[in-house]
Amino acid sequence: MNAAPRPFWPPLVAGIVLGLALLATFLVTGHGLGASGFFTKVAAALGDWVAPEATAGNSYLGGYVRGGAPLAGWITWEVIGLVLGGLIGSLTSGRFRAQVERGPRIGVGRRLAAAFGGGILVGAGARLARGCTSGLGLSGGATLAVAGFVFLMFFFAAGFAAMRLVRRNWT
Amino acid sequence: MTGEIAWPLYDAGFWPALLLGLFFGLALEGAGFGSPRKLTAQFTLRDFAVFKVMFTAVLVAATGLWLAETAGLIAGNSVYVPTLYFWAIALGGALIGAGFALGGYCPGTSATGLASGRWDALVFIAGMVVGVWIFAGAFDAIEPLYLAAEGPKSQTLDQLIGLPTPVILAVFAVVAVAGFRLGSRLEARFGGPVGAAEIVGGEATGRTRSR
Repeated sequence: MNAAPRPFWPPLVAGIVLGLALLATFLVTGHGLGASGFFTKVAAALGDWVAPEATAGNSYLGGYVRGGAPLAGWITWEVIGLVLGGLIGSLTSGRFRAQVERGPRIGVGRRLAAAFGGGILVGAGARLARGCTSGLGLSGGATLAVAGFVFLMFFFAAGFAAMRLVRRNWT
Repeated sequence: MTGEIAWPLYDAGFWPALLLGLFFGLALEGAGFGSPRKLTAQFTLRDFAVFKVMFTAVLVAATGLWLAETAGLIAGNSVYVPTLYFWAIALGGALIGAGFALGGYCPGTSATGLASGRWDALVFIAGMVVGVWIFAGAFDAIEPLYLAAEGPKSQTLDQLIGLPTPVILAVFAVVAVAGFRLGSRLEARFGGPVGAAEIVGGEATGRTRSR
């Protein structure tokens, strides 16, 4: 289990493979790759399960559940592939580890609390922005969309600013 | 050149989606993006993989799309281009950047983290679901902000700046080369980049932290 893992791909190689996958996605589907749309569907499906009336009546999520089968759709199949690709990569390279990954100075409880809080910010932010690093940054950027580059500028600026506050969590 | 096949195919079927997602996942995992320590090291300047991989991918796909259009394979305006809503995208992007630094992932890489065995990625995903609920619960109040400062529909950089696409791509290529060089220099100074052995090897067998 703890054999030495194979090194990560050089960033240039990973970037070219990712760029070709993105280009192929545009040619096949007419749109780019995404991720946060799937988690919106998960939120709609779980909302439909625990509070069906509130979810159906919600002005944002209602449209996801009214037609039934809120999880069905292209982005769901794509994210299943995304997880499968990650599994194949991590298992064949010895890089799969069941662990709570954290910096050397933070405990498991605090790391999980930070992961949950960061997830809340990202989940809400992606709905506000109408997309995430994949859908807006990567896919929008590839079409040279102004929206994609506005997203990337604020994403990187806020990331650097926030890291000044949470650096101890990671280093 | 393409016979009777019209590109893009506008195929929303299961198998192409699964296959394209699979390559997406292989690339993210190969890049090391299942590791929140590697991802967040971008923001301590110790690891520039996030910038390098994203910028390379954008340049490759943008160049490919331009070539496909120039060669007549696809028509102009045939792929989806998002529209700017300045405040929503600026604030949403900032929330994602801050949440990334705090939580260690963005939505796509959280799936890669989960596929690499990271329990913290699963907790991050649960947080995202709660974040969507909070946004949905507040949507009526937020809606004016959500729709404010709408830009021209599907506006692209060449339209905004008034330069031809190949010139913009050439500028991007120069920025990419400069960014790779500067990034590698900073990585060396801060004891990076973060290697796989350091992340999953228990004892760090890769480069050690300089301090």
